[in-house]
Amino acid sequence: MTTATAPAGYNFAYLDEGTKRMIRRAILKAIAIPGYQVPFGSREMPLAYGWGTGGMQVTAAVIGASDRLKVIDQGADDTTNAVSIRRFFARTAGVATTERTAEATIIQTRHRIPERPLREGQVLVYQVPMPEPLRFIEPRESETRKMHALVEYGAMHVRLYEDIAAHGRITTAYGYPVLVNGRYVMSPSPIPKFDNPKMDMMPALQLFGAGREKRIYAVPPYTPVRSLDFDDHPFAIERGDQPCALCGSTDTYLDEVVVDDRGGRVFVCSDSDHCGERQEAGRAAPARA
Amino acid sequence: MTEAPLLRVRGLSHAYGSRIACSAVDVEVWPGEVLAIVGESGSGKSTLLNCISGRMRPGAGEVLYRAKDGREVDLWQASDAQRRLLARTELGMVHQNPRDGLRLGVSAGGNVGERLMAVGARNYGAIRATAAEWLARVEIDVGRIDDLPRTFSGGMQQRLQIARVLVSRPRLVFLDEPTGGLDVSVQARLLDLLRSLSRDLGLASIIVTHDLAVARLLAHRICVMRGGEVVEDGLTDRVLDDPRHPYTQLLVSSVLPP
Repeated sequence: MTTATAPAGYNFAYLDEGTKRMIRRAILKAIAIPGYQVPFGSREMPLAYGWGTGGMQVTAAVIGASDRLKVIDQGADDTTNAVSIRRFFARTAGVATTERTAEATIIQTRHRIPERPLREGQVLVYQVPMPEPLRFIEPRESETRKMHALVEYGAMHVRLYEDIAAHGRITTAYGYPVLVNGRYVMSPSPIPKFDNPKMDMMPALQLFGAGREKRIYAVPPYTPVRSLDFDDHPFAIERGDQPCALCGSTDTYLDEVVVDDRGGRVFVCSDSDHCGERQEAGRAAPARA
Repeated sequence: MTEAPLLRVRGLSHAYGSRIACSAVDVEVWPGEVLAIVGESGSGKSTLLNCISGRMRPGAGEVLYRAKDGREVDLWQASDAQRRLLARTELGMVHQNPRDGLRLGVSAGGNVGERLMAVGARNYGAIRATAAEWLARVEIDVGRIDDLPRTFSGGMQQRLQIARVLVSRPRLVFLDEPTGGLDVSVQARLLDLLRSLSRDLGLASIIVTHDLAVARLLAHRICVMRGGEVVEDGLTDRVLDDPRHPYTQLLVSSVLPP
């Protein structure tokens, strides 16, 4: 656990109070209208666009001195993006950080939802590159806003139709569009569709920040989130048929890791914290072979 | 069936700055009727069509459409939601250039199915079967259902666009120069197709064209426009065989005999 004091010259959590207030207003509106994209005045962050500037601004706006922050990138706590953002808040806000999902109050994430079910009181902050799920079919912002306003979501199914027509099944594997609270179609950010069911009725608050596109949206706790599908091609999650090479888990999302230059590869849990916990538990009681 | 007009346009005017495109146009279309709007380039035909098809707000005037439930809706007094709902269910628009009316990055089946999905169809098998049926109706080989429209010829693209519009069983279809840019034999097949489809479906349509032969073949009635005004209208044969207005006379006499 790191505890540092904020360096002189920086406000708590980097952003100035006026900016944080503006972002909080956007967040409150986003929570009030689940799935609706609220525009906000995205700031320059000391990080390139595409590296999580949206998520960082949301985190900076909601974090308090007593919070405990966890940052994951593709499920792992030890990748460059996760390490640098975690250290950024440790230094500018002086908050405690952790790699344990259970201990964290705020979890900023890129591309994954932790395997361990989240509980009430936790906040999950997603980094979003492309907040508009309709963009692929309609390039005009004025038009997509109108489509959201009038619930014209037929075009979303054209995308799924094309998948089935070309491949015999829905092949969209990440960023799989969802319908939030029976009203707004929302991009869940590029999480694998394996994680989509976890969003449904989640006890934790889910916030989404897109820095370059200047949008914030949210899913309040216990909100229904349904993945779009066809009656005769229902939504289904996909998972490799192997167990994790490290912890033996058969129900987690796996990453493929190349281990040598002769084509050797193993599959391991992408959630490094969950995998580590299972390995520890396995060492303590090696009951299963 | 014909107790009330399907569409009534009253005093429709539109100007682009100081240039007047349409002035006080009155038009009526009855159920099952095909109306041709003819005139030279710049006579205001396309402006009129854009205004009455709900795609461009006119400067003045009313566009009264009698919806399926019998009520008359002024398209430009109605809410955006209602106008857009009508535009993708009861009305249809066939563009001169199929690229404007099709999604070129989406397969033929997806193009035809879109209007079904837009009104809530959620069964892939049923959507696909309907799409295949409509491709057959517009004489496109069903084996090409998964091909992209950009691999189609111009005539096929135009027929695909027609299938895409008609699949939702609209009651009134707007066609803007549907045969423009096609060679004569393809034009003839397309006209044949349009004529049989509109007869089979009891479809009312408004066709904008500068080709009097197209108007003669398809239309029951003709409106002749010039300088933003309707100078003459009446039954097709009457207007073409016995034109009264000097401009119509000029128009009819300037058609080259083949």
